[in-house]
Amino acid sequence: MVSLDINGKRQNVDVPGETPLLWALRDELGLTGSKFGCGMALCGACTVHVDGNAVRSCITPISAVASSKIVTIEAVGGEPAGKALQAAWVDNGVPQCGYCQAGQIMSAAALLRRTPNPTDAQIDEAMDGNICRCGTYTRIRAAIKQAATKQGGAR
Amino acid sequence: MSARADRESRRDASSESSVVLANVSRRRFLQGMSLGGLVLAVGFQSTAGAQEPQKYGADGMPNGWVDNPLAFVSIAEDGTVTIVCHRSEMGQGIRTGMPMIVADELEADWKRVRVAQATGDEKKFGNQDTDGSRSTRHFFEPMRRCGAAARAMLEAAAADRWKVPVSEVAAKNHEVVHGPSGRRLGYGALAKAAAAQPVPARAALRLKDPKDFRYIGKGELKLVDALDIATGRAKYGIDTRLPGMLYAVVARPPVLGGKATKVDDAEALKVPGVVKVVQIESSAPPAHFNPLGGVAVLARNTFAAMQGRRALKIVWDDGPNGSYDSTAYKAKLEESARKPARVVRNDGDFDKASAAAAKRLEAEYYIPHLAHATMEPPAAAARITNGKCEVWGCFQSPQAARDLVAKRLGMSADDVTVYVTLLGGGFGRKSKPDFGIEAAVLSKAVGGKPVKVTWTRDDDLHNSYYHTVSVEHLEAGVNEWGTPVAWLHRTVAPTIISTFNVDAKNEAPLELGMGVINVPFAIPNVRIENPEAIAHTRIGWFRSVSNIPHAFAVQSFVAELAAAAGRDPKDFLLEVIGPPRVVSPEMLGDTWNHGESPERYPVDTGRLRRVVEVAAHAAGWGKQLPKGQGMGIAGHYSFVSYIAAVVQVAVDPKGGLTIPRVDVAVDCGPTVNPDRVRAQMEGATVMGVGVATLGEISYKNGRVEQNNFDSYQVTRITGAPKEIRVHIIPGEDYSKPMGGVGEPGVPPIPPALCNAIFAATGKRIRRLPIRDQLTV
Repeated sequence: MVSLDINGKRQNVDVPGETPLLWALRDELGLTGSKFGCGMALCGACTVHVDGNAVRSCITPISAVASSKIVTIEAVGGEPAGKALQAAWVDNGVPQCGYCQAGQIMSAAALLRRTPNPTDAQIDEAMDGNICRCGTYTRIRAAIKQAATKQGGAR
Repeated sequence: MSARADRESRRDASSESSVVLANVSRRRFLQGMSLGGLVLAVGFQSTAGAQEPQKYGADGMPNGWVDNPLAFVSIAEDGTVTIVCHRSEMGQGIRTGMPMIVADELEADWKRVRVAQATGDEKKFGNQDTDGSRSTRHFFEPMRRCGAAARAMLEAAAADRWKVPVSEVAAKNHEVVHGPSGRRLGYGALAKAAAAQPVPARAALRLKDPKDFRYIGKGELKLVDALDIATGRAKYGIDTRLPGMLYAVVARPPVLGGKATKVDDAEALKVPGVVKVVQIESSAPPAHFNPLGGVAVLARNTFAAMQGRRALKIVWDDGPNGSYDSTAYKAKLEESARKPARVVRNDGDFDKASAAAAKRLEAEYYIPHLAHATMEPPAAAARITNGKCEVWGCFQSPQAARDLVAKRLGMSADDVTVYVTLLGGGFGRKSKPDFGIEAAVLSKAVGGKPVKVTWTRDDDLHNSYYHTVSVEHLEAGVNEWGTPVAWLHRTVAPTIISTFNVDAKNEAPLELGMGVINVPFAIPNVRIENPEAIAHTRIGWFRSVSNIPHAFAVQSFVAELAAAAGRDPKDFLLEVIGPPRVVSPEMLGDTWNHGESPERYPVDTGRLRRVVEVAAHAAGWGKQLPKGQGMGIAGHYSFVSYIAAVVQVAVDPKGGLTIPRVDVAVDCGPTVNPDRVRAQMEGATVMGVGVATLGEISYKNGRVEQNNFDSYQVTRITGAPKEIRVHIIPGEDYSKPMGGVGEPGVPPIPPALCNAIFAATGKRIRRLPIRDQLTV
């Protein structure tokens, strides 16, 4: 039994501590917004926030995050950056199949927290670990910039 | 035979004039009412005219089309309009596009429209096989009629209510208005009465004048699924959860045709959470859409199942494909490509013209196997209750899933329901429902309990239906100005048909018709040949299919001829295409023509010329670029659309490649959702860049050598073009035929990119992927 702080709520999962966070979220807790794409931290579809940092949940054992605050795509809209990004994603028509986009938004939200007004190069660096097979990269870049501008404007 | 031919023959067995809506019974009508929704009654016949010998377009597809509002539209008493989307959503935006067509003709307020996804049921909805870039061009007209019929029924109901002639009322923005009195009734208030109206005859329908379209062609609506996707609520096949469900992964034979001869599951069963190990029988060749067989581990969660699979000890008998080796196979294809072979098109006399030519040139191109690598790997869940099977999954072809699950379980298709989730990418992979059959077989093995099968990334790369591997051998005889007067193209690649018929060794019309025999160049002597090739793996459709190797070879070779002649590649390409003219596909030896009528869809070189010119102009073709930069161009006709691309590259002194900008010009006829046309072109550009620079599936000892995104690389944000500009040729005339959009953006990209590299560096790429070929 491992106790986890997920989206502001303490939850117990009755699986071995080596179980990757991704499968605890998806199969045990029913939070299916974080996606499985590779299982080796190669594609970013499973990205969540652990204490504010973008982390690949597919290779993160739950035992390693028992004392951390975990935020998933289901709750990132409760934060200003997450909310602005979600709106920009809709507004720019970023998603095609949409499968990778939860991971993209989680990586982008972690970027905006560190770097509120990222340059193209900073966006590319932060987002290079997130594969989009539909190839929505130009719109991802545009949406991140729009979210950054809107947030800056709101401040 | 091919799956399509197979299904075609089944369709022919049924009566052409059967009334499709026979299954909408009075009882179901009442059930619909009791749920507070309107289910419009009565029906249309399915496909048109039974007399024509040859059917084209949607008429030629299994189960054709349905334009019955009963199947697609319901209106609740609160006015909510529910429109059914019967095509699978895999990123092309079809769950927005199809309902938008219906809503426009229905005069529905989009804010009050919700979209429901059809189950796999082609008798009720018409063809649902979402591939071939066909959805919009095949269903634009049926969906318009569907909306117009529902609108007419609402108008008739209002006229009855007010006891006025129906000519005095008109539906407008979710209500019906009586002109003379100004009275109004909302759609919700009219829903019940409209249900009692007969569905108007097709000939009596009044379609809107396109100038009155509210949504079609405007590109102003947001995607219906965008917010769910951005907030993590959207559900894909892999997200299916059912009470008491077991999670499965399968150890499949690593070589096509292989079998497990010894299985030791003792250690696997000791893994915490593992419940059961089940063997899945493989089926005899051909592969078709059948599961490959193997050993499944069922557990309480996916991770436990994966751990259990790791602990299995399996001895495989590889069978005859155990020696498949990509390096040796490439040599074999090259040998075949250098010898005369079956002639599939012959204009004039290539030998004579070539012998008399001022100069002869030749080149050979290689394009390896590719895997779709959809971000969501194949996944499906199934359960069997009281002799009925339910399947949930990311299916491009839900009717195929339904039929094949039924066949494998020995059930009637009527007892199988296939629920279509969102697809996390399709690209052709998910038109093969082998993974759905696996889920059903495993559910049966545990007494009908729900089981979800998840493919891991290595499963996906090791057991796909691969894009073919090909060698394209081209020769040309040119005159004293370098213009080709003789053209030979020998194309050799294992055929998709081999997946359905082990004896198939030649490219089929549907492959030859993808940019090899139907190249409409103004060259008097043309010979196209197709040597045999034996398949050693499952060959399948991959976005744009054989157009990828064919366009790469043809458009690279034209640029090579231009360079040899010292001519501008764009001007030279236009000269080779020749003057604007309309060419019959049959004249080119193309009996397939993407399944479309040769009269309605001839090859129009004027349209091909135009996209080449528009892309070139928009990109600033001919402008001075810094050293190490260059532009390349390619134009290609596929899926009855015309697309050209200009790629601009920068190659640094060490051979590092970046792509500052791509301009794509597309003529796909009139458009429904221009923003999604743009999005598809952007995505196809990125996928084309991946095909050109990174993608390769290779074999050693019959096994795929790539395991995950480290060894099977796809384009990331850093390798993608910095800017993609899409130029849509305006097509406001909605009486003109529509073209495909999902696939045809891919083929021009690899040759345009390699032509740009040549312009920048003088290096000619003839073997894909480029990978480190530029490294200095």
